[in-house]
Amino acid sequence: MNGRALIDLDSTPRLAPHMRLRHDKAREQWTIQAPERSFVLDQVAHAIVSRCDGMTSLGAVVDELCAAFPGAPRELIEKDVITLAQNFVDKNVMQT
Amino acid sequence: MTSPEPPLALLAELTHRCPLQCPYCSNPLALEKAANEMPTADWLRAIDEAAALGCLQVHFSGGEPTVRRDLEQLIAGATAAGLYTNLITSGVALDSKRLAALVAAGLEHVQLSFQDSDAAIAERIGGYEGAHARKLAAAKSVREAGLPLTANFVVHRQNLHHLTEMLDMAVAMGAHRAEIANVQYYGWALKNRAALMPSRGQLEEMTAMIMAARKRLEGVLVIDYVVPDYYARRPKSCMGGWGRRFLNISPSGKVLPCHAAESITGMAFDNVRQRNLGNIWRDSEAFNRFRGTGWMPEPCRGCDRKELDWGGCRCQAFAITGDAARTDPACGLSEDHDRLVELATDEAIAAADGFIYRRYGAAGDLRT
Repeated sequence: MNGRALIDLDSTPRLAPHMRLRHDKAREQWTIQAPERSFVLDQVAHAIVSRCDGMTSLGAVVDELCAAFPGAPRELIEKDVITLAQNFVDKNVMQT
Repeated sequence: MTSPEPPLALLAELTHRCPLQCPYCSNPLALEKAANEMPTADWLRAIDEAAALGCLQVHFSGGEPTVRRDLEQLIAGATAAGLYTNLITSGVALDSKRLAALVAAGLEHVQLSFQDSDAAIAERIGGYEGAHARKLAAAKSVREAGLPLTANFVVHRQNLHHLTEMLDMAVAMGAHRAEIANVQYYGWALKNRAALMPSRGQLEEMTAMIMAARKRLEGVLVIDYVVPDYYARRPKSCMGGWGRRFLNISPSGKVLPCHAAESITGMAFDNVRQRNLGNIWRDSEAFNRFRGTGWMPEPCRGCDRKELDWGGCRCQAFAITGDAARTDPACGLSEDHDRLVELATDEAIAAADGFIYRRYGAAGDLRT
């Protein structure tokens, strides 16, 4: 099967149509609700996922995050963004 | 006891009525009559209470949930309460018109059950002629409506040789996820264990195939796999622990820690028509009985996995040993384990393939 999409800074992923970004009031955290599963997002993951709208490139997401978290090194942010997006695309949580 | 964490999901078993007669049905031996089913208003209130309690998802199940004519209203209520809505259905009565109404009400995901990839075998298992084509049509409607689809296959000795075809079928119908679940032996399934139980060799072969398929289909199909725990070394973390993550409401409104809990005779379960759901979750005797680790006997109590598997399955301990507080016999450390495995192995070798079918009431019972 050749269905796997590889992610780089030019990719413009977004949540798959059946994935819902929802705030969980009871536990005060952000989650993605999916068929029979739910993913808890930490602050960094939420910052990334909430910016992936299918039009913004991951490169642009990295730029925004560098501005939002001035203390974090760019290479680290880049690595976080690519790793998370690839992982979520592999799990059908996001799509390109 | 400190206040328990809130539950993640509500399993709403709307009815026990079902047009299929699967020999591994997970509903209790005594099915609830249509006349005892909870009315719409009570379900809507229960759904609101579940959301207020912290549930994030609701699974509408049964029996066959689409036989309830108020399913649209219940989905709309759950959506308004902010819950992620999932319909678990056989699909035989789900035409595109009904589906459109459910989608309009806010339905977000459908899980369709298939009894095999081969129509003749599937229909022998489900006891419903013509079911397979109806299910495939339902799958098509779900995908055309733009909804994500999970294909559920319950596997056992009589269909496990079609595992590859089942996964191919799931991909072909556009499913995002496949659930390959070995039969769990409670209720009606326990009655049919001799006709369903695979041998250890068959199970190992199946597990290897799943591992290979997961690699091959990465990014295409998510595959969830449930093994029959008789052959496991350690028990499954049943429901993620008693009263830890899930709650189940039966057709008549009984609130259960898992759908099989009523099989444990001598336990009393509160009804959501009489008592607030949050109250039941936090304070009822049934939910607190096996919650956490305080109830555990040895060897569970001293086990370093006690907060991983939470003592396995209480219903299985009861079904096999007659004592729900004993160590789950699926665990290799249980005194009852060898007897359990021996039983399963003997039955797999004897290979008696006749089913004892269950039938819901008489024809005509399917109306509300």
